[in-house]
Amino acid sequence: MATDNQQSGKFQQMLEKNVFALTLVTALVVSVGGIVEIVPLFYLDSTMEDKQRNPDGSAKFPEVLWQREAGQTLADWKPGEGVRPYTALELAGRDVYQREGCYLCHSQMIRPFRDERERYGHYSLAVESKYDHPFQWGSKRTGPDLARVGGKYSDEWHRQHLRDPRAVVPESIMPTYAWLDEGSIDGAGMQDRMRAMRLMNVPYTDADIAAAPDEVQGKTEMDAMVAYLQVLGTMIDFREGRDYRE
Amino acid sequence: MDYQQSERTYDFDVVRWFSIMAIVYLVVGTAVGLLIAAQLAWPVLNFDSQYLSFGRLRPLHTNAVIFAFGGCTLMATSFYSVQRTCGAALWSSKMAWFTFWGWNLVIVLAVITLPLGLTQAKEYAELEWPIDILIAVVWLSYLFNFVMTIAKRKSSHIYVSNWFFLAMLVMITYLHVVNSLAVPVSLFKSYSIFSGVQDAMIQWWYGHNAVGFYLTAGFLGIMYYFVPKQANRPIYSYRLSVIHFWALTFGYVWLGAHHLQYTALPDWTGSLGAAISLAMIIPSWGGAVNGMMTLSGAWDKLRTDYVLRFLIASLAFYAMSTFEGPVMSLKTVNALSHYTDWTIGHVHSGALGWVLMVAVGAIYHLVTRLWNTEMYSTKLVNMHFWLTTIGACIYIVAMWVSGIMQGLMWRAYDDYGTLAYTFAESVEAMHPYYALRVVGGAFVVLGAITMLYNVVMTVRKASAEGRVGESGTAPASA
Repeated sequence: MATDNQQSGKFQQMLEKNVFALTLVTALVVSVGGIVEIVPLFYLDSTMEDKQRNPDGSAKFPEVLWQREAGQTLADWKPGEGVRPYTALELAGRDVYQREGCYLCHSQMIRPFRDERERYGHYSLAVESKYDHPFQWGSKRTGPDLARVGGKYSDEWHRQHLRDPRAVVPESIMPTYAWLDEGSIDGAGMQDRMRAMRLMNVPYTDADIAAAPDEVQGKTEMDAMVAYLQVLGTMIDFREGRDYRE
Repeated sequence: MDYQQSERTYDFDVVRWFSIMAIVYLVVGTAVGLLIAAQLAWPVLNFDSQYLSFGRLRPLHTNAVIFAFGGCTLMATSFYSVQRTCGAALWSSKMAWFTFWGWNLVIVLAVITLPLGLTQAKEYAELEWPIDILIAVVWLSYLFNFVMTIAKRKSSHIYVSNWFFLAMLVMITYLHVVNSLAVPVSLFKSYSIFSGVQDAMIQWWYGHNAVGFYLTAGFLGIMYYFVPKQANRPIYSYRLSVIHFWALTFGYVWLGAHHLQYTALPDWTGSLGAAISLAMIIPSWGGAVNGMMTLSGAWDKLRTDYVLRFLIASLAFYAMSTFEGPVMSLKTVNALSHYTDWTIGHVHSGALGWVLMVAVGAIYHLVTRLWNTEMYSTKLVNMHFWLTTIGACIYIVAMWVSGIMQGLMWRAYDDYGTLAYTFAESVEAMHPYYALRVVGGAFVVLGAITMLYNVVMTVRKASAEGRVGESGTAPASA
């Protein structure tokens, strides 16, 4: 070690002689940034659009979250009525989406730029991934963003595209996913998954969970994947002139 | 200290095995990377098989190079240098072997589960919850053994390389535990307990600090021990190391938010991340200067010492990518670079240029010390150096061009004010650069194979000459 050793302060000298003190101080120093950036996101109401309030205490954006009335099931929801939990079939599709690593090439997070608006649609809101455990924003667009792909293509187009992408998009470099036609969905397994989601405050009702096996009965993984893709970005009816970000 | 004596004093066997496995995983990890790079250029190479498709193999590539190669390298170098700098054998030889077998078990499980599609679907943290628990246990055994070895040291001060290893060990414990928190549904399926915005922030706090601590702080620990050793000169400035260390440990943690600019993450978080990112240029360059200037007055060594070349070239790449990173975190640049191949290029200038080169330099140094011999062929070491350097440069340049081109094509408008290109056209335009990347990657893989061959031949030569005697391998103080 160089000869300027003597110039460091007493505290530094002490740390360099006591490994337990050094470990402890390091453990404190490395925790600061994470605490400051992460913890407020759980508490600040401004983080989530559904929690933002007007001065009079009413919800600022009441249209973004589905207000389920007593007795309503997920089947009663209509596109544009606000963010709701995924149906059993959509959730199964989302699990397939994760299994196949789709998030590695497709983002689900539209940024507030003119070109992204024209290419993909309205910029993404925080509330839209409120029930996404884990989030699927992605970090790379080897393929296009999928945050609002729902309703842009027919179910049949998606099936063809997943079985053989180059049959419908010649320039595509996506792998084929023909095996999704052979995969089936386990109804009881979907109930377990919905219960796990409910543990984390995703508002599934007993009726939603009870209906799951019938909903996925006889469906393939391809059906589930298409159902998931078709609901993406369709939950909120964006109104003209609404500014969701400060 | 002569060889016989050091062999009696220290636990070197476990270090030997970590070193060998690091090289094996380097070959495997880069080879998988080469395959998936080729899949993006020629999708037929997905072979229509679910087990070989890009989406399942890409996590295998990242896990193999980061956790298998990077992990074994860190464990080999830190278990070696902590003993040498403390003048003491490992606190527990048995625990070090537990770490070795546990870590390799994790890697085997990763190789089995990832192609099967068993994943938590969080980048660089894909392994499912039972494996996550195993990782935590093995990691804590590593941390505990490391701290206790320092506690029983003979020297008065703790050497700077050990500070960096310590910071890595502590931070990775936080990151792994928090980011992997999940509700299990079955043995092979779980859901992250966080969702949406919070999950995104926690994931990139994890993701960027896996880079910041695992691949930077840990590998800076390697730099601070192996550069002075190989150059046979003391580190340039002690005071710079103190500043480098505390600025890096405090600052790096904040950077994750810059991965989420313009997303649904609140603006304050991303701006905070970008501001600190910019400030991080100073400690990063301080560290790079500290390493390079260690050679001050002995630059001629670079002409003859190929191992030193790896170490110094790695610092040049480190300086470059720690400049590029803060630039990319700026909102205006990020608006263009995010979601494009530029990010991939940036990661690989750090991974191939910095991490791989400093690791390889350290492992070559280790092999000659651990087997008490010269390398089987210094020509092959030199060849490895040039294969890696050229390969890394081709890779980085290809991704710069493709990334910036993608970003510009996506936002280009024609005279009528409509988008000039469809997304598919941008994909088609990437093909030559994806093919070029395969060439760059092939150079790197070839270099890794050269190293494996060279080291295997060195070990065989050493055993044939009886350099590592049977008596020597049993540490006296275990």
